[in-house]
Amino acid sequence: MTQEELLPLILKKDDKAFTLMYDMYSKNLYGVIYNLINDREEAEDVLQEVFVKIWKNIESYNESKGRFFTWIINIARNTTIDKLRSKGFNNSRKNLSSDNFVHLLDDSNKLSHMIDSIGIQEFVKKLKPKCIQIINLLFFKGYTQQEASDELEIPLGTVKTQNRNCINDLRNFLQV
Amino acid sequence: MMEARAYIESGILELYVFGTLSESETQEVAQMAEKYPEIQDEIISIEKAVISLSYSMAPYLSAANYDRIKEQLIEKHTTKVVAMQPKSNAFSYIGWAAAVLLMAGIGWQYTQLDAAQNQVAFVRTENDTLNKELNAVKLTETQTKSLLAVVRDQDNTVVALGGQAVSPESAAKVYWNQNTQTVYVDAAGLPEPPEGFVYQVWSLKLDPLTPTSIGLLDDFKGNDSRLFAVSNTSGAEAFGITLEPAGGSVSPNLEQLYTLGKV
Repeated sequence: MTQEELLPLILKKDDKAFTLMYDMYSKNLYGVIYNLINDREEAEDVLQEVFVKIWKNIESYNESKGRFFTWIINIARNTTIDKLRSKGFNNSRKNLSSDNFVHLLDDSNKLSHMIDSIGIQEFVKKLKPKCIQIINLLFFKGYTQQEASDELEIPLGTVKTQNRNCINDLRNFLQV
Repeated sequence: MMEARAYIESGILELYVFGTLSESETQEVAQMAEKYPEIQDEIISIEKAVISLSYSMAPYLSAANYDRIKEQLIEKHTTKVVAMQPKSNAFSYIGWAAAVLLMAGIGWQYTQLDAAQNQVAFVRTENDTLNKELNAVKLTETQTKSLLAVVRDQDNTVVALGGQAVSPESAAKVYWNQNTQTVYVDAAGLPEPPEGFVYQVWSLKLDPLTPTSIGLLDDFKGNDSRLFAVSNTSGAEAFGITLEPAGGSVSPNLEQLYTLGKV
């Protein structure tokens, strides 16, 4: 099943649609949320909130807002950030967590039940440190180019291209 | 075709999939994807990579979560109806009526609260999008300002470099600040270097001809303004730009001299 096939079912609130959507994306959303909040129970609560929001606001999604996957990832990031704020964490995303996704891998590895993700985890650990940082900020934490340029002290004009090179390394490994 | 290729190489599609672009940039990418199938294909491939990456980052997620969420969604969409037993006593009717009213009132308030919370969440998302938009505009403004400052400096000696035999249509400009000895190169008039090659900038003394490398125009494609800072120089009598293998050369390959200009 692809995004394009799933979307009309969700819009109709078809009985099976929720289950299909959950199967397709729960791990992706959980991965992003966990990376921001670093606590499995809190992350599960946020995941629940995110699915309710997606389900209730699905009518407000249309393709001019970008890919469906992108839309739900943004909801997951925003909901997690709201949650952290409401818990009295510092107001800034920058102070959320000093860990990046690779550090968290070692914790989650023991708990992961999916054999097929082990291969990519091993590969991800071998990515250039520069790539780990840039993907962590831009994708997992949702930084803008300016914020990433400030944080990593690299020229603004090269943020996009460096990130592309890193994603290309990943794509070569995955052959997509 | 060239336009689509350059657009893909710029790295904007990755940010589109990540969801970190402003609303107007997102729309622009969506339009480009509609126009060029190869851009749409690229977006799907990037998305596949990101889906695999985020998937592999998730710790174990128990099946109980699915049940909890499903329960919550269904609860909110159906209400159970309880059949009432007929009662003869008028007081008990009033009692039941009051209870029903109270329940209805609480239920109504709950939906109001829920709607309000939902609205808050979406206003926040909207706010977030506007902030991104604002950041993008600020960013362009800062870039433009710093470029203008470089170009406008009163202490600049501006040297126009003309195209040479290998590429007569090429041109470049050197802004050489006599005060600080810093040198900026405006390379907007140079073609994109082929894969594996890089432009190298030389400051030249003419008699005898002595070239000194003052830097490479690295990441040519990624630098939208095509304005490059290179090393300081003093006493230059001319500037030249040659095409060299990636990493640059010790001395210039004069057969690949693209532009040259005297101070």
